[in-house]
Amino acid sequence: MPYVLLIVINAVFVNNFVLSRFLGICPFLGVSKKTETALGMGLAVIFVMGVASVITYAINLALVAFGMEYLQTIVFILVIAALIQLVEIFVKRFSPSLYSALGVYLPLITTNCAVLGVAIMNVTELSEVNVLYAFVNGVASGIGFTIAILILAGIREKMETADIPAAFKGFPITLLAASVIAMSFAAFSGLSF
Amino acid sequence: MNKQKFLETLEPLTKGVFKNNATFRLVLGTCPTLAVTTAAVNGLSMGLATMFVLVCSNAIISMLRNFIPRKVRIPAYILVIATFSTLVEMIMRKFLPDMYETLGLFLSLVVVNCILLARAESFASLNPVLPSVMDGLGIGLGFTFSLTLLGLVREFLGTGSFFGIRIEPLIEAGLPMTIFVLPAGGFMVYGFMMVIFNVVVKSIENAVGRRKSCSSESVGAEEEIIDEDKLSDTENDNMETLKAEIVHASTIEGGKE
Repeated sequence: MPYVLLIVINAVFVNNFVLSRFLGICPFLGVSKKTETALGMGLAVIFVMGVASVITYAINLALVAFGMEYLQTIVFILVIAALIQLVEIFVKRFSPSLYSALGVYLPLITTNCAVLGVAIMNVTELSEVNVLYAFVNGVASGIGFTIAILILAGIREKMETADIPAAFKGFPITLLAASVIAMSFAAFSGLSF
Repeated sequence: MNKQKFLETLEPLTKGVFKNNATFRLVLGTCPTLAVTTAAVNGLSMGLATMFVLVCSNAIISMLRNFIPRKVRIPAYILVIATFSTLVEMIMRKFLPDMYETLGLFLSLVVVNCILLARAESFASLNPVLPSVMDGLGIGLGFTFSLTLLGLVREFLGTGSFFGIRIEPLIEAGLPMTIFVLPAGGFMVYGFMMVIFNVVVKSIENAVGRRKSCSSESVGAEEEIIDEDKLSDTENDNMETLKAEIVHASTIEGGKE
């Protein structure tokens, strides 16, 4: 149990996926114009990362058993792409309201490196691995992503009305805002275990 | 091959380095851009690795463009890209084990680099092999150039060295600011570089005039004619167009179920 807590704090704050590991920067910059869309994206990421962690963990066991670890990248990305497609079909069929909330964001996650990143990290970086830890790591990393994107979206909404020099408009000012957020998250590195 | 034709062949290449610069203009592939550029050498090798995958996957996808069914094209592209990125990973592990350790996770993550999928979707799947290879080279070179530049600046400001060579007087004078090799500094340097790049490209474009924007592309695949007054908006749009494309593709796939 303490190890689970350690994974959660580590993934959410200390090694935040976006702000210290630089995974999932594309959606972080691209889908953070409004807080609602940012939240939708975040929830979709939490969901997919949790499920993908469990499935890729199981598949990795099979790969190791057959001595085919070199296929990891190919198999993982195909599984994730297929999984997202499946999740989309299921959600569409059984929960139209959830689909209308998450629907648009699900396909985007295929090219979100955070999902593949967590899948690979689960099998290479966690010191003790089992299904539970992999799942917790996936979900907690997703939560870290959601927190970061929500903070950025909040800042960007405020900046809409601000008077920004022309050359800074758009991505540059967003990156600078992200820099400030990353600076504040760097304080958590004092917690490192 | 006459001169006109030669210039036409080279066009995607020069476009890829400046006008469509992946890092500063299209804002694609930001994860490796920020993560590995703590030193110039890392940026250079990441750029070269990505360029190799990009050229190969563009070539293959362009060859197969008439055989891949529209509905399953995204998974097909991903499969081609994943093959080459695994290849790069293996080659690196064998011949450059130190670099393999440094780049680590991000070498595997070349496969989800959105530059690759974006070029496959918006260029290679619509154009013949030679222009696609040229486009791959151009975008790849642009990416390598930007990554090396970012790495150079961050390394210089953060550790006071130049391509791994320590500049002692600077280090003794206390110039190195560790923040520049930390994540926060990465975002900051990237932001400022983008501003500089935008200003420079804009002034060059103004000097050249609107002559270039009049010459139409061989295929109407690219819609990246930069409206100079709405520079940053166009960047946003490029990204959103790409995302919309992917969403669209997947909804077509999903809808058939």
